[in-house]
Amino acid sequence: MSDVTKEQLLDFYKTMLTIRKFEDKAAELFAAGRLPGFVHLYSGEEAVATGVCASLTNKDYITSTHRGHGHLIAKGGQVDKMMAELFAKVTGYCKGRGGSMHIADVDLGILGANGIVGAGQPIAVGAAFANQYLKNDAVSVCFFGDAASNRGTFHEALNLASVWKLPVIFVCENNRFGISMNQKDHMNIVDVSQRAISYGIPGITIDGNDVAAVYETAKDAISRARKGEGPSLIECKTWRHYGHFQGDAGLYKDAQEQEEWLKKDPILKLEDKLKVLKFAKDTELKEIQEQIQGQIDAAVAFAENSPEPSPEDVLADVYAP
Amino acid sequence: MKKMTYAEAIRDGMRVEMQRDANVYIAGEDVGKFGGCFGVTAGLFDEFPGRVLDTPISETAIVGHAVGAAAAGLRPVVEIMFIDFMGVCMDELFNQAAKMRYMFGGKAKVPMVVRTPCGGGMTASAQHSQCIEAWFTHIPGIKTIMPSTPADAKGLMAAAIRDDNPVMYIEHKQLLAMSGEVPEGEYVIPLGKADIKRAGSDVTIVAWSWMLHKALAAADQLAKEGISAEVVDLRTLVPLDKECILQSVAKTNRLVVVNEAVRTSGFAGEIAAIVVEEGFDLLDAPIVRVTALDIPVPFNAKLEAVYLPNETKIIAAVKSLF
Ligand SMILES: Cc1ncc(C[n+]2csc(CCOP(=O)(O)OP(=O)(O)O)c2C)c(N)n1
Ligand SMILES: [Mg+2]
Repeated sequence: MSDVTKEQLLDFYKTMLTIRKFEDKAAELFAAGRLPGFVHLYSGEEAVATGVCASLTNKDYITSTHRGHGHLIAKGGQVDKMMAELFAKVTGYCKGRGGSMHIADVDLGILGANGIVGAGQPIAVGAAFANQYLKNDAVSVCFFGDAASNRGTFHEALNLASVWKLPVIFVCENNRFGISMNQKDHMNIVDVSQRAISYGIPGITIDGNDVAAVYETAKDAISRARKGEGPSLIECKTWRHYGHFQGDAGLYKDAQEQEEWLKKDPILKLEDKLKVLKFAKDTELKEIQEQIQGQIDAAVAFAENSPEPSPEDVLADVYAP
Repeated sequence: MKKMTYAEAIRDGMRVEMQRDANVYIAGEDVGKFGGCFGVTAGLFDEFPGRVLDTPISETAIVGHAVGAAAAGLRPVVEIMFIDFMGVCMDELFNQAAKMRYMFGGKAKVPMVVRTPCGGGMTASAQHSQCIEAWFTHIPGIKTIMPSTPADAKGLMAAAIRDDNPVMYIEHKQLLAMSGEVPEGEYVIPLGKADIKRAGSDVTIVAWSWMLHKALAAADQLAKEGISAEVVDLRTLVPLDKECILQSVAKTNRLVVVNEAVRTSGFAGEIAAIVVEEGFDLLDAPIVRVTALDIPVPFNAKLEAVYLPNETKIIAAVKSLF
């Protein structure tokens, strides 16, 4: 058993539940035709972002992916501004110009979700280099999927980070699929963490649905990075509950496996733990759930009532002045 | 003739060529059982065992391996899921595929096709909506095709596969579901032949891909207002059918070029330059380009509509010439 405190576990619970309820709401809105663009949901993978970001501050950077809502929330993103961005409203994080796949807030250390798989890997390395160069003790974390580790950027980023001993943590969210591609068909190894060997950096595989395990592992890697001991690769085994994007039924997933993974839901796991440790009763959890649902509903109302960006501003921000 | 969608017509073009030539094969992300992100390769995995290959997310290896396979005697047809991802694998195309034959003294042949969808109007935002055909037309050694109808999609696919050069075959997401009459069996449209999709006498509108349909809609509207527009569909940008454009301008003496890409350094500018150089005396008015704005594609639908060319902008451009 780890030494994670009751307060920490309850904080994790709130963050994970915020992500889940945000995603469930996004799914519902998308199905009703109320959200433009593409949405890729993080449901089922909440423990990863939550456990990792718990040891980060606003000075630390993250790079995110097309499946980025969870990373943003865990890094301190506000659900109302996020929802507004999904609705393409001017009050959104990107003034309605980016959308789900490009949500970012540099002030929070979020260098963006990304529409290009694997693009965040070298960007995280660059942010880590800036941290090292500026001697500011900050680190960067790169979130990416199992299939993204097949991009050339993965190799180049890990290699450069290792030779420059940069303060960067590569967090692989292995949900076992590219879009329809099963991991066994897209790589010849079982554990992505094995790839760390090629770069002479620590690589570890953990249960990505156990938030305490993610927290402990990431905390160690982050503290090594802060001490100048270089990069790490952490592989979190997890599962996405929905299809690849909303609209994809996920027929390539084995039904029984899906069933089994739903039982390993990271939120159910954490609820069990909170109850077993007598850190929370059902009634208290219920209270938290209602409170978070209220925040999500308020975020939707905020987004709906917000204005659209003005066509007059369409040319702004292409270049810095 | 058979009614099919643009996506089905592309597939039919590939199917017929795969039946004809055992060295033609398909590779790309999720192109196998899944049938491709937009369903274009659906069914081919079962129809051609061992010849429709799923790849990891490795665009560099997808296009790069095609160069090697083509040089070694095969005819790969690879899919890049969105044209925006071409940035990931440009070296394989522009320094390798495009230059091999020339650099090797004319001895190598690189018969490969890169299929990829372009285009906006889907609120798909800045990294999934672009029209970057000019990247490819700017590289000698690559041919660039942009079909606008199901029949053209099929006939040009056959020509692309049979061609002994690297070919960028650029589809448009807005057209995939459009249906039309398509010839059955073998059907080849030679590369470098534009097509007059509507005859007219007062103004020439040159367009391609999705914008061809915007140009046709504008021409319908203009006809009601007494302006007869001739609409030229380029179909292939390289090789370019200069004759067809110049002949049309000789008839109409006015030219509007419509291009969904951003304005600066776009292919519309190339056409304007050619007509000025080779047909200056034919012109009674300045050439006008109707293009997207010089910005990344915005997510918000209203902003994207401001960004994109449309019928209204084409009509205004045409009227400005009279
Ligand atoms: C360079 C590039 N290639 C392909 C895609 C299309 N695409 C988007 S997400 C995805 C699958 C990504 O799988 P993984 O990295 O495991 O992340 P997951 O979706 O499972 O979270 C693909 C192929 C893309 N966006 N960018
Ligand atoms: Mg994955």
